[in-house]
Amino acid sequence: LAPWVPVVGLEIHAQISSNSKLFSGSQVQFAAPPNSLVSFFDASLPGTLPVLNKRCVEAAVMTGLALNCSINKKSLFDRKHYFYADLPAGYQITQQRVPIAVNGSLSYSLCIDNKMSQMVTKTVRIKQIQLEQDSGKSLHDDTRSQTLVDLNRAGVGLMEVVMEPDMCCGEEAAAAVRELQLILQTLGSSQAVMAEGQLRVDANVSVHLPGEPYGVRTEVKNINSIRFLAKAVDYEIQRQIEELENGGTILNETRAFDSKLGCTIPMRDKEGKQDYRFMPEPNLPPLILYDAKSLPANMNHQQVINIDWIHERLPDLPSVKREKLVEQYGILPEHSFTLLNEDGLAEFFENVVKKTQMKPKKVIGWILQDLLGYLKQHSLSVKESPVSSFVMADLLNLLENKEISSTAAKQVLAELWKGEGKTPLEIVKEQKLQLLQDQKELEQICQAVIDERENE
Amino acid sequence: QVSAALKEGHVSPTELCQQCLSLIKSTKFINAYITVAEETALKQAEASEERYRRGQPLGVLDGIPIAVKDNFNTAGIETTCASNMLRGYISPYNATVVQKLLDQGAVLLGKTNLDEFAMGSGSTDGVFGPVRNPWSYSRQYKEKTVPKFHSEDKDSNWVITGGSSGGSAAAVSSFTCFAALGSDTGGSTRNPAAHCGVVGLKPTYGLISRHGLIPLVNSMDVPGILTRCVDDTAVVLGSLAGHDPKDSTTIQDSFKPFELPNLTDVSKLSIGIPKEYHAPGLSSEILHLWSKAADLFEKAGAKVVEVSLPHTPYSIVCYHVLCAAEVASNMARFDGLEYGHCSDMNKSTESMYAATRREGFNDVVRGRILSGNYFLLKQNYEKYFTKAQKVRRLIANDFVKVFRSGVDVLLTPTTLSDAAPYVEFIKEDNRTRSAQDDVLTQAANMAGLPAINVPTTLSERGLPVGLQFIGRSFQEQQLLTVAKWFEKQVQFPVIQLEEVKRHDDGVFQDQKSASFS
Repeated sequence: LAPWVPVVGLEIHAQISSNSKLFSGSQVQFAAPPNSLVSFFDASLPGTLPVLNKRCVEAAVMTGLALNCSINKKSLFDRKHYFYADLPAGYQITQQRVPIAVNGSLSYSLCIDNKMSQMVTKTVRIKQIQLEQDSGKSLHDDTRSQTLVDLNRAGVGLMEVVMEPDMCCGEEAAAAVRELQLILQTLGSSQAVMAEGQLRVDANVSVHLPGEPYGVRTEVKNINSIRFLAKAVDYEIQRQIEELENGGTILNETRAFDSKLGCTIPMRDKEGKQDYRFMPEPNLPPLILYDAKSLPANMNHQQVINIDWIHERLPDLPSVKREKLVEQYGILPEHSFTLLNEDGLAEFFENVVKKTQMKPKKVIGWILQDLLGYLKQHSLSVKESPVSSFVMADLLNLLENKEISSTAAKQVLAELWKGEGKTPLEIVKEQKLQLLQDQKELEQICQAVIDERENE
Repeated sequence: QVSAALKEGHVSPTELCQQCLSLIKSTKFINAYITVAEETALKQAEASEERYRRGQPLGVLDGIPIAVKDNFNTAGIETTCASNMLRGYISPYNATVVQKLLDQGAVLLGKTNLDEFAMGSGSTDGVFGPVRNPWSYSRQYKEKTVPKFHSEDKDSNWVITGGSSGGSAAAVSSFTCFAALGSDTGGSTRNPAAHCGVVGLKPTYGLISRHGLIPLVNSMDVPGILTRCVDDTAVVLGSLAGHDPKDSTTIQDSFKPFELPNLTDVSKLSIGIPKEYHAPGLSSEILHLWSKAADLFEKAGAKVVEVSLPHTPYSIVCYHVLCAAEVASNMARFDGLEYGHCSDMNKSTESMYAATRREGFNDVVRGRILSGNYFLLKQNYEKYFTKAQKVRRLIANDFVKVFRSGVDVLLTPTTLSDAAPYVEFIKEDNRTRSAQDDVLTQAANMAGLPAINVPTTLSERGLPVGLQFIGRSFQEQQLLTVAKWFEKQVQFPVIQLEEVKRHDDGVFQDQKSASFS
């Protein structure tokens, strides 16, 4: 078998979490009535002009800093032209020449051989982050031969994060995107929920033989979840290898991932190669950002962005949070990963630890296996857990004080899960699960059992 | 003066409004107006009258009838850009400059005619027909011009207004309003101002908001002001200038409206005469006039020096590339989906777009879109667009150098000759005409500088000829002060139009030039 080297790069569009759009004052909201959040500018009414949203720039700066990028103190806006029903102006305002942030990196972790216990850290280079407008949505109604256009999304701010082709498989791509998602959510710069279209991923895939130049790449779109991302990438790698082994060639094309069939199919031809006729956006002067050194004295504080000020106020990133958890509680790195991977789980864990005498190293098992197991089984989020951290702590205290056995504890937990409002202690008493501490009593019971046996 | 009259109650805003409206009706053949907003204008006039009655006028502009070029958005009043694409389009918002005038109590009489989407130098290429220069019907012109054939309809001798803000210039020139808004991208306010004998100001780029002005070239467009005297221009400028948060290309610095001093001593002034503005095709009449004007300044004690703006000859080509590129981009939004004309063709989105745009735009617009897209193609971008940007920088630097050398204001001709007869003008196509006529005006747009046309004298044919002053960036006060001095020296005659005389109930008193300040 030829040692094909797969190469995977990603283009990720993250919707900026802001009250209003990138260049206009209309609101940003998911699932609003069609065309109810459209300003004159969004509808491209003639004579309207873009006005840059400060919060969107801050979000991009935060994200750039979190991804170790250099923030360009001067960046520019451009127009990217193409005709489409969901692009009212006939062009998108983006940053093609000089984006807001460049040359960063993202570290992510993978389990080797599916064993949680062996994690390896990888890095992917971030080529750039650029600010750009989202387009509206078109819905094709084939039965009536018409297209319905909803412009609510037109003009919403996006951060396009470009990841260099440093990844080699679906798993890596998925892990990188997952980590990016956590970072964005921690920063608050994007809610990054893929199901709501707040995070969209396109994958660039190619294969080549060692020592040879990179192969022709294809772009894979229509990936709606992180799981599907891994599948799509792996499928495409396989497809390309098979094609090349059979003497075929790879076309530089765009393919869509079909989640039902689990494969990629060529997308309907978009008139071959598009020339977007990029042109500087004449209505927006260059975006100038400052740091503590370059900030002029008499500037209106509200009107400018100070990169250093933002840097100082960045929250702990997931990687830092994980380190702190490991250090503080003595848990394993892979444990910290799972804790951060579930929304609210780390907080739950820390609350339990605060309220119980049980060592964190022991608590973690109950959280990751028992609690998380139940949640997953019933498709619940941590927030929806019928067992609160207080109740959990109570239960673990009973165990720690040797009032019940661990088997009994599991039984109590199962009962607690019903959410009937009983306390652990009540359940223990009800089901007579108390551990007998009295030595003499135990001896009596054992003797009684032995006697019974002898009699049979 | 009319403002004072309003204040003192010699005339009421509604009377004034009605006078203008009826004059518009009797000068309909000029075709200066696309839409006359009679009802709303009268309402505004009534409101103004109420304010005067209470002794609480909003300012000098309260009750003053004005007209606005039809490429400015006016809420509730049709905005067409003289194009089929926007025929019937009623905008939901007012352009910032329109809003500012209305907030000052001005009475909006209507929207004026122009070349389609402001592309042209004659105001002849709009779907509502060409605008006729009011001077075509003046006694001064009729006396000097012998019709070619006596049997000919005397109407066929009429001359153009210049463009593209011809409607606005004609409206001011024929006394149907006291001030009008135009736009200036390559000379579109100054050119018709010169041909119609009115004052036309192109302000510094970034001084007045473009929000609501339907763009031609975003990096060069400015709203222009047309009035019958320089003082009036200063008043309108005062109400329009200043930062607009809706337009990110307006300067942040606060603008202080000024009153123009009556300059008497020009000895401290340095006037520059750029030799490259002795352009090919410049009529000997205008060349002579330019020279006389320079002498005038010199005799009055000013320092008059010849200067050089060496890159001037390249500016037309440079302008055409940049203009076409921005036009191609700005016109991309006209697809018939959200507003405006929409074709019946509905086989596919693409075919609908194509048909809509072919039906909605005239040749001139389509031509610029096609060439603009060509220049923006990846393989052409460096050669054309980037190159043109670099040349633009050189042109702008020419001015910087000259102003740095101590020159305060430049004096140049505005047009190559007086207004051409329509039948002559249309012998060449729009592109050729624009290339010829923009030569003297568009470098100021490239450099973003303020420039003003001051009507100077009548040509041998009895038509207006003006001269242009170009000033330093944001130094409108100095520019207008010099212009005012010059205006006083030349005493340009009042147009003698029968229609105006008939309507003159003493409103348009025998002033040198009817003004409102």
